[in-house]
Amino acid sequence: MEYGTALNLQANMKSLLPGAERPVVQFENVGMRYGLGPEVLSDVSFRIAPRSFQFLTGPSGAGKTTLLRLILLSVRPTRGLVSIFGDEVSGISAKALTGLRRRMGVVFQDFRLLDHLTTYENVALPLRVQGRAETSYRAEVVELLRWVGLGERMHALPPLLSGGEKQRAAIARALIARPDLLLADEPTGNVDPGLGRRLLRLFLELNKLGTSVIIATHDFGIMDAVDARRMVLGEGRLRIEE
Amino acid sequence: MSTQAIPRTRPEASGPADPAVPANLRRNAPLVPTDTAAGRSLAAVIAILTFLAGLCAGAAEMVAANASQWQGDVAQEVTIQIRPGPGRDVDADVARAAGIAKGEPGIAETRVFSKAEAERLLEPWLGSGLDLSDLPVPRLIALRLAGDQGADLKRLRSRLLEALPGVASLDDHALWLQRLSTAANAFVGIGIGMVLLVLVATGLAVTFATRGAMAGNREVVEVLHFVGADDDYIAKAFQRRFFGLGLRGGAIGAGLAILAFVITGLLARAARSGPAGQEVEALFGAFHVGLRGYASVILIGVIASLVTGVVSRITVRRFLA
Repeated sequence: MEYGTALNLQANMKSLLPGAERPVVQFENVGMRYGLGPEVLSDVSFRIAPRSFQFLTGPSGAGKTTLLRLILLSVRPTRGLVSIFGDEVSGISAKALTGLRRRMGVVFQDFRLLDHLTTYENVALPLRVQGRAETSYRAEVVELLRWVGLGERMHALPPLLSGGEKQRAAIARALIARPDLLLADEPTGNVDPGLGRRLLRLFLELNKLGTSVIIATHDFGIMDAVDARRMVLGEGRLRIEE
Repeated sequence: MSTQAIPRTRPEASGPADPAVPANLRRNAPLVPTDTAAGRSLAAVIAILTFLAGLCAGAAEMVAANASQWQGDVAQEVTIQIRPGPGRDVDADVARAAGIAKGEPGIAETRVFSKAEAERLLEPWLGSGLDLSDLPVPRLIALRLAGDQGADLKRLRSRLLEALPGVASLDDHALWLQRLSTAANAFVGIGIGMVLLVLVATGLAVTFATRGAMAGNREVVEVLHFVGADDDYIAKAFQRRFFGLGLRGGAIGAGLAILAFVITGLLARAARSGPAGQEVEALFGAFHVGLRGYASVILIGVIASLVTGVVSRITVRRFLA
């Protein structure tokens, strides 16, 4: 009896304690400059809660891509603290970095597909680098490729894909490992509005399944379609519109 | 749209013959592009270096084999020299020395060179048609040693000195053998040194090529990092690619070296059929690389590939760090 009460108490405490559910991403007074240039980001502080969905927006050159790169740990902040999945990341080991990246999916603005690999191989890449056997993920990859409308383009090399097809392949690659955090940089920039909405629905589905999603965009059509938090960057500072 | 598009449960193995998957789908192409101009050039460089190293190794092996054959032949023979002295009967001295030699164990054959034969040996130096009867031409007795039981040459020498002091001497070709062995060892040493130099050159060429490939594939490396590949995985991908190139270059180089030896061997065999060829062969030995020579050429090809793989891996690890 006592044991059961203790368990209940523990469960209650877990939900009541602030920070019991650790944020997926947390920035505290982060500043970032490239070399000796001006600060691209100044005093940026925010938290990305688990299973949350948000847009990151702002004019071109406001620092959206830099912010995403900071989350991806491909650049380090000049000052301030960055925590990913609850762990502060300054001085992170290479092994831990790989572990964090395996929990993230990313859609680059310029897609970054490997030109010498087929669409299928590109999309399967995150699973392949985990050392999984090809037979274990084949059906998954094909299913996802069909779902994003690339079922007929599995064999094609990226240079032969249209902009929209590349984008869908890049999105499929980001989704295939079912990441805990999805970062997408202008994911609907190269597709027609219809497909843009379809891809947005895909992100929302993924979010419902538990993935935190950050979409960097300045497409108001997309942002107005979803009632989600907006992180607005302007002149290096972040404003959050709940 | 359904959530089935992104199934949460991962099928552990969905059967190799999934009917939904096109059978001819390319699935596991190398992560690092292989068939590039730089890759082909590197394979060519490795092929050339392996070819040169293979030639060195084969030549060294051939010299070593011929030298040991010469040494074997020469060491099987010793010569007794009888110098004519004033007031001595040379023929009697020769007969006595031959008798002593015959009585020794381990001597398989005794061949006494007659006066005419001894004089004929001088012909290459003095010319023919000379009357050498007034010259004190030394006489020779060639002894062939039995291979299995070692003859006691020390005892033979002391017995000859005792019986024919100042007249008979025994030449076991030790000085000649020593020089031949030194020359052959030097040649083999130079061959090994050149093989090592060529392997070092291969390593350096691969280092530069790997750095170039890493710089050229920076984006590939970056993408692999972002999709969750660790440094070890990336290093392996590059190592696999360079080992493949090394294997190709090594196989071509070693193959060409073997082909060169085979063709030269056939040409040498054709040339040997003439009398001049036989003389050349008698002087320099046969053109015969042998199994060990071919094996060392193949070994060099394999080592060149391994060097390529290992060096590229080290270079990639350093580059990533």
